[in-house]
Amino acid sequence: MGNEVLISVENVSFGYGETVVLQEVSFDIASADFLALTGPNGSGKTTLLRIILGLLKPSQGRIFLLGEEIERFRHWNRIGYVPQKATNVDPLFPATVREIVAMGLLSQKSFPRFLKRGDEAGIDRALKRVGMEGLKNRRIGELSGGQQQRVFIARAIVNTPDVLFLDEPTAGVDAETQTRFYEMLSELNRRERLTIVLITHDFSVITKHVNKVACLNQRLFFHGTHEEFCSSPVVQELLQGEHHLVCHRH
Amino acid sequence: MDNFLTYAFMQRALLAGIGVSIPCAILGIFLVLRRDAMIGHGLAHVTFGGVALGLLLSVAPLLVTLGVSVASALGILKLKEKAGLHGDTAIGIVSSLGMALGILLVSLAGSFNVDLFGYLFGNVLAIDPEEVWLSLLLATGVLATTILFYQEFFFLTFDPESARTSGIRVRRLESLMAVLAAVTVVLGMKVVGILMVSSLLIIPAAASLQIARSFKQALVFAAILAGGATIGGLVISYYLDWPPSGTIVALSGFLFLLLFLMRKSLRQRRRLESRRDHNKS
Repeated sequence: MGNEVLISVENVSFGYGETVVLQEVSFDIASADFLALTGPNGSGKTTLLRIILGLLKPSQGRIFLLGEEIERFRHWNRIGYVPQKATNVDPLFPATVREIVAMGLLSQKSFPRFLKRGDEAGIDRALKRVGMEGLKNRRIGELSGGQQQRVFIARAIVNTPDVLFLDEPTAGVDAETQTRFYEMLSELNRRERLTIVLITHDFSVITKHVNKVACLNQRLFFHGTHEEFCSSPVVQELLQGEHHLVCHRH
Repeated sequence: MDNFLTYAFMQRALLAGIGVSIPCAILGIFLVLRRDAMIGHGLAHVTFGGVALGLLLSVAPLLVTLGVSVASALGILKLKEKAGLHGDTAIGIVSSLGMALGILLVSLAGSFNVDLFGYLFGNVLAIDPEEVWLSLLLATGVLATTILFYQEFFFLTFDPESARTSGIRVRRLESLMAVLAAVTVVLGMKVVGILMVSSLLIIPAAASLQIARSFKQALVFAAILAGGATIGGLVISYYLDWPPSGTIVALSGFLFLLLFLMRKSLRQRRRLESRRDHNKS
């Protein structure tokens, strides 16, 4: 029996005026999946993610998040989100690592959303999970791009969510930091069975770390496992010899 | 040298000045970091129309201006949302209309130029007890609301998109912040005047950001700097017979410059130290 479906994208279309961005996209994401959402620039990946998160309304179709239609969805503490600009922090913004991770706790609080003494343990736990426990009181602008990413992951997982969404989280970060970052995500997916939806252009991430792939170019032209992706003629045609796809796992 | 505290007008000025400048500075931190600081400047222009309307109708100008300023703040947000305008354009339109309304009303009435002069340049020494209490009441309301919504405002300021995916109602919160900005502008109007009221929102916040290492520190430093500049400005103006509004704003500017230079020299020293350590190793 397959894992429980956590996210359903049903026949979703979206456009800005006359420009079609997404056309009749449908697929499911199951519990404990590590799914890469990929495709060329302007293929609609970020738009689809924003629709899934309820940040944009589709012109057609429906989204079900954790079994609830997105318009009625209220369990925001069960999802974590790392936006595209996560490593583009204003260096002068006066926020400590602790203050940023604490923001993630607001989704489980009702008005007035004051932090309590017990919340400190949750913040420490989240920072430990991403290996940042020693930098709790550092100002975010003083950290490297890789360290900032980890802080945003800690903020996204501080509530121990069911699903983690990441939009091109390694843009502008060096290769070594990227490798360490994706290893950390794989670890969270394997050890804690965290469902991860990752927007990426990076085929090495797809071949090494994820177990499901969805390829988008306005329409969904591939959705399947990592193995199917590696042997798919559709994908080979897409790459057109530009990339050498090495599909092996260590 | 006589003691300025023995005079009732100085006591009222200090009470109103401190009571108003602190919430202005705290709210200013959010506005400056959201790059919305110019909303204070735009609403200040609108208050000119509000004051003129109040004087023409012979209704308490502070209350009329409050209504006009709050409506304008919400109007700016609606213009941004519905007409798809950038914030600075929406602020420009609303503030110009407010100013135009003021000029038309002044020309129609043609009799309250002296009163209006006090609002334009501030006259905190002439503030009456009712105005002090009304100012303190509104300032307490702004401060209490900011404390109650502190975490949401912080999240909204840092990362509005993620705030939405945390279930925070961003639009409502933005409206609330705009209303609070409108109230603080009206409050500051009597202390430093319409022409300089945005300085209460911007300068202490910008000065605090030079040295703060956390968000809470930024809020506390901004409040201390604003309170300090108000007390210092009033005392200096009393003994040197300078205009209080100009002195308060000039002192705020001086504090900003001092902290900016301090940060710059500290950064330079750190850079030299790290270069020296690097050469040694």
